[in-house]
Amino acid sequence: MTAHAVKRAGKVRTLVKNTLLYLVMTAIALLMVFPFLWLLSTSFKTASNVYAFPPQMIPNPATLDNYVGVTKMVPIWRYLKNTAIITALGVGLNVLFSTLAAYPLARMRFPGRDIIFGALLSTMIIPNGAGMIVNYMTLRTLRLTDTFLGVVLPSAATIFSIFLLRQAYTTIPKELEEAARIDGAGDLFIWWRIMVPLIRPTLLTVVIFDFMAHWNSFIWPVVVMKSPDNYPLAAGLLYLQGQFSYNFLYLAAGTVISITPMIILFLLLQKYFINGVAGAVKG
Amino acid sequence: MRTQAPARPAGRLRKWWSGINWRTTAVAYLFMLPALVIIALFVFWPIIYGLPLAFTNYSVVGETRWVGLANFRRLMHDPYFWDALKNSVLYVAVVPVIQIGSIILAVLVNRPLKGVGIFRTAYYLPVVTSSIAAGIAWKWLYDYKGIINAPLLEWGIIDKPIYFLSDNRIALWAVMAMTAWKGFGYYMVIYLAGLQSIPKELEEAAQIDGAGRLGVLRHVTIPLLRPFALIATLMSVMGALRVMEEVLAMTGGGADTNVVALYSYQTAFQHFEFGYGAALGWVMALIIFAFSLVTFRLNKGGFKPE
Repeated sequence: MTAHAVKRAGKVRTLVKNTLLYLVMTAIALLMVFPFLWLLSTSFKTASNVYAFPPQMIPNPATLDNYVGVTKMVPIWRYLKNTAIITALGVGLNVLFSTLAAYPLARMRFPGRDIIFGALLSTMIIPNGAGMIVNYMTLRTLRLTDTFLGVVLPSAATIFSIFLLRQAYTTIPKELEEAARIDGAGDLFIWWRIMVPLIRPTLLTVVIFDFMAHWNSFIWPVVVMKSPDNYPLAAGLLYLQGQFSYNFLYLAAGTVISITPMIILFLLLQKYFINGVAGAVKG
Repeated sequence: MRTQAPARPAGRLRKWWSGINWRTTAVAYLFMLPALVIIALFVFWPIIYGLPLAFTNYSVVGETRWVGLANFRRLMHDPYFWDALKNSVLYVAVVPVIQIGSIILAVLVNRPLKGVGIFRTAYYLPVVTSSIAAGIAWKWLYDYKGIINAPLLEWGIIDKPIYFLSDNRIALWAVMAMTAWKGFGYYMVIYLAGLQSIPKELEEAAQIDGAGRLGVLRHVTIPLLRPFALIATLMSVMGALRVMEEVLAMTGGGADTNVVALYSYQTAFQHFEFGYGAALGWVMALIIFAFSLVTFRLNKGGFKPE
């Protein structure tokens, strides 16, 4: 065999190997995405072809009736508004409080720092069994049940975010801070105008994870909210499931409405979602 | 010597005391104040107050009394608790499935192939959706005339539909399948971070030293991946023992699928027995703690924080 032929044989082998790899990876990808695709397909079906065999991946005829129907029967838009309020309030508070709290933990020397850091760390190891019950009682004492603030307050400063942000602050060179101090900048100024802009990528990760947590939460809002009118979308689905289990088509349409914003956000920012988990583990 | 001895700690204390920058300290605590208040109130207070609560009959109605071990005695004779406990422990069987699956996914998407990002995205997609939405999607797959049953019935492989979510023998496993599916992407990313933290030179050096592909895997890749495996395993063990949303979404706890976390929730927020719910929560916490210790032990020697 000439050198050329050897090289070509190698190329062919790589090509075959890569093709096989792509096939396997595509098959797995389809399996992972299939439950949602099937639900999406179902949400456009009519009652008469919902159980058609062979199963229809692309509905024929396709209809928007289920979407119209579910929005008429259930206050989906109201749920969507509630979800938006809870998510915005929850993400806003956590980002603000965690960004503030992580800064001195990363960059200042003061008594009690290691104790506070250790105590925060320990809560990740100690499982907290009765948390939901006691937190509900606390909120009742504070007269915050049935309010949006009550839903978000227990997660208005999360230890996960504080760790991620602390890690980001520690990578900033000391000189920047010192130069600003010599120029007479105050602590809040240094934090807000110098530090916060520099940790923007981590901040975005925190925003994303928090957004996901609030958008998807449903048990805790059900506990805090007395009136179903105040439920977020995911909790609304749980409620809908109980009420309309006989009408799966409406339930499918409602579910698609509830996950679409989250999936769009994920597709736009998937790099940050994936790096966020990695960063938290490495951190 | 003797005269100096008591002076030394005092001196150290004084040195420590005078070394404190009080201005910085004040600023630091002001920065941390809102977060510390919230964490104290909603993370530490439940840990402190949850225990005494478990020794009361606290409920929405009636007077609250200290009942000693009554809740725990009741728990010993509560068949619902024992069923839930059995299911919670069985649920841990999902851990090896998730771990092996996510390692395979991580290895697949760790190659510099074109378009590999699309696959990472697809595998991660289930992670970002709510358990209730994912549960509804899976319920639909599992329907008695659904996409799993229909072809099996049509081709005569089975003559009766499989009632995935109402058959006592398989419902729990059917819910666990959904948990596994939802978890693969998350742990894939952890293992991906692990694989990418291994310096290429190390694997190449091992190859030059004559190690085959398996040798590299055994002597380089696996040992360096162990800290990541420990974290991932620990997280998924805790997740499995804590699971409640998936079960609530798919069966509501029926068909012999109830788990301790869900039972604790039902006790507190549906039957309004907070004291008993807290006792269940504490037993749960102890079990999670025990399982975590076992996981640590099994990985002994593998966890070396740099």
